[in-house]
Amino acid sequence: MADVNRGNRPLSPHIMIYRPQLTSMSSIMVRLSGIAVLVLSPLVVWWLLAAATSETAFVPIDNFLRSWFGDLLLLGATWALWYHTLGRLRHVIWDFGYCLDVETSEKMGIGMFVFATVLTILTVFLV
Amino acid sequence: MVQLTLPKNSRITTGKTWPKPEGASNVRKFQIYRWNPDDGQNPRVDTYFVDMDTCGPMVLDALIKIKNEIDPTLTFRRSCREGICGSCAMNIDGINTLACIYGMDEIKGDVKIYPLPHMPVVKDLIPDLTHFYAQHASIMPWLETKTNRPAKEWKQSIEDRKKLDGLYECVMCASCSTSCPSYWWNGDRYLGPAALLHAYRWIIDSRDEATGERLDELEDPFKLYRCHTIMNCAKTCPKGLNPAKAIAEIKKMMVDRAV
Repeated sequence: MADVNRGNRPLSPHIMIYRPQLTSMSSIMVRLSGIAVLVLSPLVVWWLLAAATSETAFVPIDNFLRSWFGDLLLLGATWALWYHTLGRLRHVIWDFGYCLDVETSEKMGIGMFVFATVLTILTVFLV
Repeated sequence: MVQLTLPKNSRITTGKTWPKPEGASNVRKFQIYRWNPDDGQNPRVDTYFVDMDTCGPMVLDALIKIKNEIDPTLTFRRSCREGICGSCAMNIDGINTLACIYGMDEIKGDVKIYPLPHMPVVKDLIPDLTHFYAQHASIMPWLETKTNRPAKEWKQSIEDRKKLDGLYECVMCASCSTSCPSYWWNGDRYLGPAALLHAYRWIIDSRDEATGERLDELEDPFKLYRCHTIMNCAKTCPKGLNPAKAIAEIKKMMVDRAV
């Protein structure tokens, strides 16, 4: 907004002083979990493609994804995928005009966190 | 654009610590953002101590006391002292609100006061709201009619009038818009919660006859659709209004008229 910044006016502080809110945090987590899924999904695609290609292509990526670090990444990706799905579901509910009051939105935010964790644990044990 | 740090001229330095009031037993610490356009320095945060036994209950009372008794150069806007003019909107204890209706008892620990976030600062706690007001003007905040003017007045049923509740109360203090991360990053093109709440206030007014044109104006990836329902606006509104809901209703109307 340089057009109104007459005489080198400073920009007032923003994200560094604004208190994090339940709604804003659950919202930014949807964005971040989406990015995490985007970054981690090529690993799974690579794994499947390698499995369909040859053993020499498959072994290194298979070893990596089955290592403790690979497990950790996939666990994180599973949580991110569930959280992102629930976050998008919340957006669908909002887009129909429901649950737009602050209190319900905050409850849904906590719910997303709890359910993503529960669903991740279920995924780990069932899959 | 997302810019997580402040530009060089806006970085905050530690300012002056003003002396404590003598003989006071109930003292509270205030940390207040200062910027003087005339001294060529960066913004700073000054520390003040206020005797709460001789101070009114609201944050504005303390600001006025500081200005009267400690530092007359402290600059802020205020007028009505009852939450109806919207002048004293500022960031208090990490949220945007009106200093005149925010009680000191609602704050734990030191009282931190900054101007409304991500705005050009005119001086101390006074942000430049030129762009914010221009955005409000751009949504045509008036009754648009095409039919002939009635002999007496534009009538409205009680039910239709009720649709304006939760919208008309807005005092344009800019707390909501300047709490919105989307507005921080794209405030040049995104209209922000306040202007959009006002847009909706006229869209659903039964007497208004420019609903189509109003929706056409807002059908834009930035003006309307930068709202991601982060809800800082509804959470912070000192009047308890919900701009996020008003924006969602506009988005719904966009879909309704398209299908």
